[in-house]
Amino acid sequence: MLKVLKYSFYDLSRSRWTYAYLLFFLLLTFGLLNFSHDLSKTIISLMNVVLILTPLIGTLFGALYYYNSKEFIDLLLALPLPRRSIFIGKYLGLSLSLSASFVIGILVPMLFFGILSTGLVLNLVILLSTGVLLTFIFTAIAFLVSIRFEHPIRGFGAAIFIWLFLAVIYDGILLLILIWFEHYPLDHFALLMTLFNPVDLSRVLIMLQLDISALMGYTGAVFRKFLGTSMGMTIAYATLMIWIMIPVSSFLWLAKRKDF
Amino acid sequence: MIVRDLYKSYGKHQVLKGVSLSLEPGQITAVLGPNGSGKTTLIKCMLGMVIGQKGEIVANGKNIGHDYLYRKDIGYLPQIARFPENLKVRELVSMVKDLRNQPVEYSALVSRFGLEPFMQKPLRNLSGGTRQKVNILLAFMFDSGYYILDEPTAGLDPLSLQRFKEMLLNEKNRGKAVLMTTHMVHLAEEMADEVVFLLEGRVYFQGGVKELKDKYNGMNLESAIANILSLQEHA
Repeated sequence: MLKVLKYSFYDLSRSRWTYAYLLFFLLLTFGLLNFSHDLSKTIISLMNVVLILTPLIGTLFGALYYYNSKEFIDLLLALPLPRRSIFIGKYLGLSLSLSASFVIGILVPMLFFGILSTGLVLNLVILLSTGVLLTFIFTAIAFLVSIRFEHPIRGFGAAIFIWLFLAVIYDGILLLILIWFEHYPLDHFALLMTLFNPVDLSRVLIMLQLDISALMGYTGAVFRKFLGTSMGMTIAYATLMIWIMIPVSSFLWLAKRKDF
Repeated sequence: MIVRDLYKSYGKHQVLKGVSLSLEPGQITAVLGPNGSGKTTLIKCMLGMVIGQKGEIVANGKNIGHDYLYRKDIGYLPQIARFPENLKVRELVSMVKDLRNQPVEYSALVSRFGLEPFMQKPLRNLSGGTRQKVNILLAFMFDSGYYILDEPTAGLDPLSLQRFKEMLLNEKNRGKAVLMTTHMVHLAEEMADEVVFLLEGRVYFQGGVKELKDKYNGMNLESAIANILSLQEHA
């Protein structure tokens, strides 16, 4: 598995997309810091970008990379390697390379502007770790969909739909439900629904740390009320981990039974 | 390596309907058959890339199931050589060597097929014939007990074909078991100890070249096969 990971990572480190992604975060963070000169505000602005963009890029690159490396996968399948190591290796190669671009792209400007001498280090850590977890989650979902659909167009369609659903549509539906049933006690329901969406969950996680009540929204407030900040964060992190494990074990299950 | 009563279907489409064959050391088995008769599917099943529904494949006395270690003893040449296009030939070779973690011996192969000038070139710049030579290199650079070759001669020029045949005979004399599919009937006639003729997913004939010729009264293997196929059309 480590060897497959090594070659996937090596392959990706020569891809210009990796650098484009890195450059995007470098420019964005530098730009925001230059305009505001306020590390705390920049972290809040970045949060919104991270919550939309890391899932989207994970989804798109996941599908693109899988379909593009079909040749490589075919080659590997005929070698004395278990399928499990091949697919985990490829998955980790991509997730790690995307995460590296993302983390370096934000971290370097932040260090340059002296984040270490402020009390905001933990905020940044939460932001970065959430982005990394989202990258791992959505890359796994993209792999799952791509292994399921032989045809790239269908795979892309399904992957983008899942992203759109979790990043946009889900919130809309939740909001409608909350409005329609506003006379009923919905606290537990809202709490539960947040756990079922990694993007919402990440938002709550960052909000809990940043402690901005105005931005926390209904679910964030409920989360804090019921669980408190530290318990809430622990549960959020644990649930995000489960969100990685479910698609990963599902795509491994599919890959084991698939004909290539 | 033994294949016993193997069935495989893709949805409703039955590709293999009870295929059996065995590979013996020091023997070249040629699998012949028209397009879509199931040759490639059979080979992919033997490599565990495609999973059959019924029947079994036994390698070194063990059913392969989802095992992978048995592939250490197989040199495989896929029909369509698809490689990671950004890699150079030398990088590809050392990558496969590293991934298989087995000793390799390829300098003789490189010079046999005149690949020296291409070793530093990226794969996307190679012609079809050269890619096929790289494909051969990857299959034969390990000292395997079995060689499973899917259309090994596609795109080779006459000289390379000659060299390929020499190499194959060498391996056979060293006691290796070879299975190859081919559309080049002459190649099968010249090289094969055993011919398996697949037709619509079934073994239509299995035996020596001479038996096949006698049974379907052909002057040569080509006319024998033409006779089989026209029998089918009339049936």
